Amino acid sequence: MSTLKYFAIIIVFISFAGCNNDKKLPIYGQREAKITKDGIDTVYQTIPAFAFLNQDSVMITQNVFKDKIYIADFFFTSCSTICPVMHRNLKTVFDEYKENPDVMFLSHTIDFKYDKPSVLKKYAQKLGVDGKKWQFVWGSKEAIYTIAEKSYLTVVEEDSTARDGYIHQGWLVLIDKEKKMRGAYDGTKTEQVEQLKKDVAILLKEYKK
Amino acid sequence: MRKYLIGSIFLIIIYSCQSSQEIEYAKYMSNGKDIYIANCQNCHGEKGEGLGELAPPLTDTTFLKTNKNDLACIIKNGVNKEMIINGKKYDGKMPGFNFADIDIAQLMVYITNSFGNKQGMYTYAQVAKDLNSCKP
Repeated sequence: MSTLKYFAIIIVFISFAGCNNDKKLPIYGQREAKITKDGIDTVYQTIPAFAFLNQDSVMITQNVFKDKIYIADFFFTSCSTICPVMHRNLKTVFDEYKENPDVMFLSHTIDFKYDKPSVLKKYAQKLGVDGKKWQFVWGSKEAIYTIAEKSYLTVVEEDSTARDGYIHQGWLVLIDKEKKMRGAYDGTKTEQVEQLKKDVAILLKEYKK
Repeated sequence: MRKYLIGSIFLIIIYSCQSSQEIEYAKYMSNGKDIYIANCQNCHGEKGEGLGELAPPLTDTTFLKTNKNDLACIIKNGVNKEMIINGKKYDGKMPGFNFADIDIAQLMVYITNSFGNKQGMYTYAQVAKDLNSCKP
């Protein structure tokens, strides 16, 4: 009888552990079916190649994010509405994964007129995150606005009637090592940012074999 | 007996006067808090802790005391000059907020009585006075 009891407990434990291991994040964006030799495969939307100037005036591409998962967002340095909250919250994620080289951060400025690399550099230093782990990038209006809307599914716009001249959404977008979009979190809401922290851990587990 | 009666009426008057002042203060505090959450908290933080070196904290009680007469102007017109807060330098730009005098008064009462500050009441009449002498 007692061995049976132990057995039952062990089975319950195993099934719980199984559940945890199975947890995976969804894959967002468009998908299409592709016919291959082995049958039908799903092709997911990925972040296309890009080249932007970072806060050190270095042209960076996706090579910087090779074998990394990263969190992307869109902001501008003179934004006095949602950006400070987004980056206050994102900095707590940064601090939590400070020691993990597999996690990076990518903030795009949408203020192509004013936020030149030197301005981004100062901003990064003042936020207290100046380093390779958190990249702040500048690109042409067309390049940034296109990648925001088409790839990261974030709305950004110039709008002279808005308080600081731009309107944009405060999404923090989680990208995996295959450049697929695995989550989007409202950076102005602390509970969603807490979820992001948990999801980063889940995503990292997928790569632990 | 009559003496006691007069004395107690006197006391009641004083007590109710005080409590109406307290009610006014409480009203300022709670309205001020709403204004703070809607307009200031994103940069200055829920606990007035600021944001890195981008936005200064509101916990420098000495600064807030010695510059009290400038606070209304700072809120109304914004600020674009260097400041030393808690011994650290801040040179970021703060936008102006075109609030009514009463809103500025309520906001100031909230800020100067939170985050470790304890400066008491501040009326909207004082706001009008302070705004008249804003430095360029």
